[in-house]
Amino acid sequence: MFEYITNILIYDWLSLDPTHHWVKSLHFFIYDSIKISFLVVFVISLMGIFNSYFPIDKVRNFLEDKKLYGLEHLLASLLGAITPFCSCSSIPLFIGFLKGGIPLGVTLSFLITSPLVNEIALILFLSIFGVKITVIYAVAGMAVGTIVGFILGKLKLEHYLEDWVKEQLKEKIQQSVLQDSRGLKQRLPAIKEDAFDTFKRIIPYVLGGIAIGAIIHGFIPVDYFERYMAKDNLFAVPISTLVAIPMYSNASGIIPVIQSLVSKGIPIGTAMAFMMAVIGLSLPEAILLRKVMKLKLVVIYFFSVASSIICLGYIFNILI
Amino acid sequence: MIIKILGSGCKNCQRLEDNTKQALTELSCEAKVEKVSEFSEIAKFNVMKTPGLVIDDKVVSFGKVNTVDEIKEFLK
Repeated sequence: MFEYITNILIYDWLSLDPTHHWVKSLHFFIYDSIKISFLVVFVISLMGIFNSYFPIDKVRNFLEDKKLYGLEHLLASLLGAITPFCSCSSIPLFIGFLKGGIPLGVTLSFLITSPLVNEIALILFLSIFGVKITVIYAVAGMAVGTIVGFILGKLKLEHYLEDWVKEQLKEKIQQSVLQDSRGLKQRLPAIKEDAFDTFKRIIPYVLGGIAIGAIIHGFIPVDYFERYMAKDNLFAVPISTLVAIPMYSNASGIIPVIQSLVSKGIPIGTAMAFMMAVIGLSLPEAILLRKVMKLKLVVIYFFSVASSIICLGYIFNILI
Repeated sequence: MIIKILGSGCKNCQRLEDNTKQALTELSCEAKVEKVSEFSEIAKFNVMKTPGLVIDDKVVSFGKVNTVDEIKEFLK
């Protein structure tokens, strides 16, 4: 449907020549802009409703009760993936988990997976790369959260939390729980406003990402990257990951770029490592984490997440 | 009466503050509205989702933007 609209617009109304580089770019830009905006609006509206009903205190109580010999990390990752993520709530959530008696490692499993595997990323992946790659991506993101959380948990890093956090953890009191008895109709106005805000916040990244994707799509020859980033180039994965860390975008902005890169011959593992590092690790995130963790723990966190992303990149390049 | 708005400063906290002020005006009620944006301060109120609304050191709501009418109910 989106393809059809774009074709009519570009070839019928504007009668542009489909062989030109910039026409190819324009086609990519318009097609992706319509499709992605449509999907993003759909997903954030749906997630807004889900979020409004989401019982985060129940999730925490659930994790609290479970001592599963390491499996609690997998569980925390799984919950991180399905929990709607708002970065402004991530620190209160982090403190709330720790205060509820959930170990630091398990809390980190949750915190790492939450931005990596999120609903917008999954829907866009599904629409661009299909079921197989989407499932692999989701499993990979949860694997990063599970493994890194498990290892960091074993390292006993609690003393690297900021002093005020440690102070807070001494008092193990019950978190505030309030019943929300509003019906959907009463919730909708706030959900709508929130969805609109989210859309306004992410749309510059989305259009920016699509513009970069469009330029790559139209102007870079198909085999261009193969010369530099082929599967047998051992440095491609670590370099893509390291380059991506300082970059900040969200999933909806980075996926159109990934789409173009993969179609121009970048191996999927390298591309996924790049994407995970862009959305999972960033400077704003480091600044946020620094508020609750001492610098050393922030560095350990970044180092271990980056290493596991690099490992996954290699594994995917071998397997797919 | 002291009213505190808990939140790190995102759009939702701003809206909750606006609604609270609106509710106060409509009830012609005098109260001090404070914004609490330091995470260490927010943590003391034991809320896991922002924004939070605190009236006289009691958490009355968190994780959502209350409407003006809802806030009026809390104030009564």
